[in-house]
Amino acid sequence: MNDPKSRPRHGAVSRRNLLLAGLGTAMSAPFLASCAGFDTSGASAGQGTVGFLSTQFTPVEEKQRYEAVLRKFAKVPTAYNSVDPGVFASTVTSQAGAGNVKTSLLGGLHGELAPLAGSLEDVDGLLRDLSGRGFTKEMLDLTKVGGSTSRYVPWMQATYVVAVNKKALEWLPAGVDVNDLTYEGYLAWAKSAKQGAGRPVFGMPAGPKGLHHRFYQGFLLPSFTGGQITTFRSQDAVGAWDYMQELWSVMAPASTNYDYMQEPLARGEVLVAWDHVARLVNAPADKPDDWLMVPAPRGPKGRGYMLIIAGMALPKNGKDRDLAEKAIRALTEPAAQIETLRSNAFFPVVQTELPSDLTGAIALEAAAVRRQQRSAGALLALPPVGLGAKEGEVSQIFKNCFQQICLETRPVQQVLDTQATQLNTILKGLNIPCWAPDPISTTCEVA
Amino acid sequence: MSTTVDTTPIGRRKRNRILLQAACIAVSLFMLIPIYLISLAALSSRESLNEFPLSLLPTHFSVETLNAFLGSTGIFGALGNSLIVGAGTLLLSALIGVPAGYALARFTFPGKDPYQLFLLFTRALPIVVLSVPLARLFLTVDIYDTTYAVILLHTALALPTTILISASVFLSVPIDVEEAARLFGCSPLGAFGRVVLPMALPGLAAASIFTFVMSWNEVLGASILTLDHRTLPAQVLSSLSDSPLAYRFAGGFALVIPSIIFIALMRRYLTNMWGSTIR
Amino acid sequence: MAVEAPPTPAATAAPPRRRKIPPAVLLIAPSVIFMALLLGWPVVQGVLQAFRDDQGFTLEFVTRMVQDPYFWPAVRNTLLLIVVMIPLQFALAIAMALMLRSNPRLHKVHFFVWAIPLALSDLAAGLVWLAIFNDRGYLNSVLSWFGLQGTSWLAYDNQTSMFICVLIAELWRATSLVLIIVVAGLQGIPKDYDEAAQVFGAAFWQRLRHVTLPLLKPSLQVALILRTILAFQTFAVAQALTGQNFPLVVGETYRWYTGLQNPNVAAALALVILVVSMLTSIFYLRALRDQNQGGLR
Repeated sequence: MNDPKSRPRHGAVSRRNLLLAGLGTAMSAPFLASCAGFDTSGASAGQGTVGFLSTQFTPVEEKQRYEAVLRKFAKVPTAYNSVDPGVFASTVTSQAGAGNVKTSLLGGLHGELAPLAGSLEDVDGLLRDLSGRGFTKEMLDLTKVGGSTSRYVPWMQATYVVAVNKKALEWLPAGVDVNDLTYEGYLAWAKSAKQGAGRPVFGMPAGPKGLHHRFYQGFLLPSFTGGQITTFRSQDAVGAWDYMQELWSVMAPASTNYDYMQEPLARGEVLVAWDHVARLVNAPADKPDDWLMVPAPRGPKGRGYMLIIAGMALPKNGKDRDLAEKAIRALTEPAAQIETLRSNAFFPVVQTELPSDLTGAIALEAAAVRRQQRSAGALLALPPVGLGAKEGEVSQIFKNCFQQICLETRPVQQVLDTQATQLNTILKGLNIPCWAPDPISTTCEVA
Repeated sequence: MSTTVDTTPIGRRKRNRILLQAACIAVSLFMLIPIYLISLAALSSRESLNEFPLSLLPTHFSVETLNAFLGSTGIFGALGNSLIVGAGTLLLSALIGVPAGYALARFTFPGKDPYQLFLLFTRALPIVVLSVPLARLFLTVDIYDTTYAVILLHTALALPTTILISASVFLSVPIDVEEAARLFGCSPLGAFGRVVLPMALPGLAAASIFTFVMSWNEVLGASILTLDHRTLPAQVLSSLSDSPLAYRFAGGFALVIPSIIFIALMRRYLTNMWGSTIR
Repeated sequence: MAVEAPPTPAATAAPPRRRKIPPAVLLIAPSVIFMALLLGWPVVQGVLQAFRDDQGFTLEFVTRMVQDPYFWPAVRNTLLLIVVMIPLQFALAIAMALMLRSNPRLHKVHFFVWAIPLALSDLAAGLVWLAIFNDRGYLNSVLSWFGLQGTSWLAYDNQTSMFICVLIAELWRATSLVLIIVVAGLQGIPKDYDEAAQVFGAAFWQRLRHVTLPLLKPSLQVALILRTILAFQTFAVAQALTGQNFPLVVGETYRWYTGLQNPNVAAALALVILVVSMLTSIFYLRALRDQNQGGLR
């Protein structure tokens, strides 16, 4: 009822708590002092464990599967740590800046390693030793990230294809071949499917983490214009974006929320979608018979497609250099590469025949990738070469085009002109040669 | 007040009580339904989450995704690290923060306003732009990749809340009681410990809830300061956003439980006073 | 019933003065030293990035920030969200705290339930509400059980419904923060005051305005400052629900730092947040300054 009565009780409670808290500290102190935290990556195996920091395979299951690959093929004990690209970059930069490098092996996409080139060891020697693996010339050029020496060893590759739920075939217009789509056919299909299903059933990964900019950079624009940067505001490019505007009008509006198409596909929210093979692989996981994987469409200038390369790099002054090199050698062996494909849907970078016993979604994808690369008019587009830290900003230019042309429906030529100015400002500071499919000889800028 | 027997106030009071109960239940439902849905989603099979319309009852019970999540490398080590970091942050921020809060409430001193703004300043800057300089600092003094580094950072993040909340509560503890205690022979510290602290317990409980929950859920700082000794959120939350939906639910669900338990424990102290004065 | 005299701390807040180091300084010194040692250098480094490149001082990054097509929408959304959300949240939290104080049945359970959202990280909260609002989510499922056709709540071309979804999610997630501070503050106010006022026939609203709220002022001030500063810092819910369609300034900071890897523009954006947060805090400190009490002066 009143304060005085209750006060002693509070006092007691608080004293008891203080006591408990003190006891807790006392008990945890030695144990804090002894280990400064529990090991969470397997690095406590002791000296001689390769600390492998990577941006790939962050999802729980993928990470578990890749750890199994490492145990079986890496030949050295490895602590695999996967983080998102932002953390990856700041970890590498800050460790290099402080002169206290705690990692021994780095893994990331070309676009994630390129900005960090200054903190990466030159791997020319290692690549010479590995020349028997059969890396392609394009790949080796990429590894130079715009400089004169290689900064990473190719690790695995991937591309983008179109996943099709067989339900959508019902609305495939006559005369359109699903295995040899044209952009016109793709649009006509999307239209008739929207009409038939009563809702848009085509989607694209236009969410904040989605890779739709790769669609414009490596697929749409090369197919319509034959280039990526030099032709950025050409008449053909206007045609390409006009097409995109029309295509967007029959796509699921929720696409602006999709990062990984396998989810809306698996939910049945959309039935047809273009995305990265590793971001489609779970859609057909349960019922592969209900799905098709087909090459991306072709346009007037060919079938533009983009390759994604991931690489393994050695940080400057990294720990356990010998072991890290050993791990790189081991992981570029064909057996390890094939196992990576089986478990996580990334394709080999080395010369090897794909086994014929691939299953489910992987088999579907492998066939689509092969068809895409070998079809007539296939036009390889590389991810930007030599942009370094500006990689993200250049990609953002393409996302801005989508934002302004498709979502805000502004006039195409005007948007392309302003964005081209932005793009040229970035490129002028870099003064680098163009990359495929643009002519390699010229200094890269928008004509 | 009238002296004649008038029953309308009683009737009105009864109606008000009913309205009150109804309002409480409505708010509770609003708070609970999302929690129910995340538990439901975490305990459903992967296929059932792809159906439409979604079932609102646990008809497809499965712990498959939860198991996969719990089976990943380092989960239990990370759980231990999170507990160490949470407890360490709690102690350190109370040790530094409560005295400062008391000073803010009891003393007028020049620079009081600037001091408060200084505290807020550190909280108002998005920590992401500090990630490289911070990690470099910890690398230089060589406590990078330890739980100490994370404790220090989390304490810095929690201090503004701890100090300001405890100040606001000390302010409501009447100074008279403190002086009375002094008159009866308590030392300043004794008066603080025996009289003021117990009365300020609700505020301190509130501050500690914030501190622990903040530390428990903080991802960015923990992931830039550690490599092989991660806390639970750094270990899993960042990977969640890339995982299939079912795993995200399982991870989100598993992460919530410890903080709910912590709130349940601290809640008792938070409503301690009502408990004693209402009855 | 004995009514205590209302506390008047300022009048008597004078412990024995010694001409040594004032106790207040001793008490706040550890926190100042701790913060300065830990964050001083990183903050200076971080802030300077906004104005410095290889050549020295530059405004290039500030220009880049302002010219970015997402910048002004982000500023607009951030302000809109805060201006609409904070008053709603405080009204709700005060109402909830008063409801608890009226001692309803099961008030302990209710209080626990209302505090639970605090336990969720903003990432998890975004996930929950995405599961509810997405096209094939729980909300549309419920509508379809009733035979109604759901809509795309989060579609990019429907700014209003997008905003409302983000608002509801944020109300759900962060009201408990305010609630807990208010409840902790209410603990210090003896119920006697309110009962005394009731005895003298003061109506509910009068009691609220003249008795409860003034006594709650210190707690409300702290809650306002903290909630507003934290509101400027959170974007995970908005991002989970709307992607890039409802940009917030802090989300843009993250995008520039991690996605575009341009720490300079990110630092410029961070400075915008810093300045706006500090101005708001100064405003709160001034506006809610207690005239006749010690106050958080």
